[in-house]
Amino acid sequence: MVAAEVFLTFILVLSIFLGFELINKVPATLHTPLMSGANAISGITLVGAISLAGTGNQDLSNWLGAGAVALATINVVGGYLVTDRMLAMFKKKEG
Amino acid sequence: MDTFIQFAYVVSGALFIFGLKQLGSPATARRGNMISSLGMLLAVISALLDQGIVDYQWIVIGVLVGAVIGGAAARLVQMTAMPEMVALFNGFGGMASLLVGWAALNPDAATFTLVTIILSILIGGVTFTGSMIAYGKLSERITSGAVLFNGQQIVNSVIVLGIFGGAVMFCLEPANHLWLYLVIALSLVFGVMAVIPIGGADMPVVISLLNSYSGLAACAAGFAVNNNILIVAGALVGASGIILTQIMCKAMNRSLSNVLFSGFGSGKTETTTVEGEIKPITVEDAYYVLEAASSVAIIPGYGMAVAQAQHVVKELSVLLENNGAEVNFGIHPVAGRMPGHMNVLLAEADVPYDQLLEMDEINPRMETVDVAIVIGANDVVNPAARENEGSPIYGMPVINVDQARTVFVLKRSMASGFAGIENPLFYKDNTRMLFGDAKESIGGLVREFG
Repeated sequence: MVAAEVFLTFILVLSIFLGFELINKVPATLHTPLMSGANAISGITLVGAISLAGTGNQDLSNWLGAGAVALATINVVGGYLVTDRMLAMFKKKEG
Repeated sequence: MDTFIQFAYVVSGALFIFGLKQLGSPATARRGNMISSLGMLLAVISALLDQGIVDYQWIVIGVLVGAVIGGAAARLVQMTAMPEMVALFNGFGGMASLLVGWAALNPDAATFTLVTIILSILIGGVTFTGSMIAYGKLSERITSGAVLFNGQQIVNSVIVLGIFGGAVMFCLEPANHLWLYLVIALSLVFGVMAVIPIGGADMPVVISLLNSYSGLAACAAGFAVNNNILIVAGALVGASGIILTQIMCKAMNRSLSNVLFSGFGSGKTETTTVEGEIKPITVEDAYYVLEAASSVAIIPGYGMAVAQAQHVVKELSVLLENNGAEVNFGIHPVAGRMPGHMNVLLAEADVPYDQLLEMDEINPRMETVDVAIVIGANDVVNPAARENEGSPIYGMPVINVDQARTVFVLKRSMASGFAGIENPLFYKDNTRMLFGDAKESIGGLVREFG
């Protein structure tokens, strides 16, 4: 059995390469929406925060988790909505 | 159940990847964002099914508070204020990662986990305060210029050493919380120190870099709480931020370290004097020139955003087209305060994106352009970058508006631009200066056509 750290690092390295490949050819017009869309994805910390905020213990860890849930949700909800608002404005020339 | 959750994470990872791919083309971008948000929804729902969760009260409160604030901010923000909004969201993401790393600390954590905890705290902290300073600079709540003082490098070196020492001691003695607090405090201070010496015109680089950091922070937090989806999503964001950073640096012909450590425009003195004289023009005379033009290029810069002039610019472009002229927009990659800033503003004003040309597309056509209208742009159209080896921006690719038959430069006054660099464009024979607020000047032109 391979240690979990190795497995996680493996995922990390592959994801970084994938990220480079995905973003490399995005036209300049889309740089802002791409950035704010990626920014929304970085709110994925929310998933980690949820389990920490739900332990039921009234300890520091739980409060930190709850704070992280709130902040990450701002990032996720705000990020996706603002990106959608921007992208809704991009139009091709008619005719 | 746990296996089910893990598989759901795989699916949401795939949705992120697919969504990002679709974000790469204007026709599919909106759907891409939707797909990516579905991935997020799936990941969050799966996380809620975790059997380790016994109390949902604080999760619900946290999500509600966050959703209301985030939703309201996204609805209310002005398009011109988008760079600072992105910076703000980014900062919250960084802080969340810091808190997750901190909360993941437990007495019997392995050394590997301790290292990832301290990394998520460090990167998250730098992202948070760095983004807050970027927010302050972009919204002009604090000075947008570079803040430099004597011994800055030394202070920064001490902070970095302190962080490094604190981090090592934390991993050796996790029970002693002093080290933890030291690293948290120093990371927050370092975020401030890292962004204050960077001036407003370099903000596109900083924003993309901070965006990358917020991804890396999430990634580190993923290691700390042993969660695959955090690692995958964080790495994707980290990589995309680094690519954008590279594109921005290339557009300025500067290395990343030069942007981060040099404090652009400081201490550099111009050695050459510019010859020629400034030739102002009135709105009325400008109208006569434009009326006769058959090809017009509009080059917007940050000044257009400040003057909120994008809607009148669109009006003018329609009038010019109805008058039989071909109208294009030339967008420099670092025009404005974030990557693609001008494109968003012009899209808001309903300018179709296929009318927006990148620098490499517009430059070869410039000689056939009758009138180039420069609206609130300065450094990105400065011919000194091509001609004057002594100029601090020498070598930076610029839009060659001086090759057009006539150039109109819309400018508030003759005060030099952000970088404090003289612009010989203003003194060229074919340049006419249209002084005043950009919105009013263009509004005046629109009325002349009407």
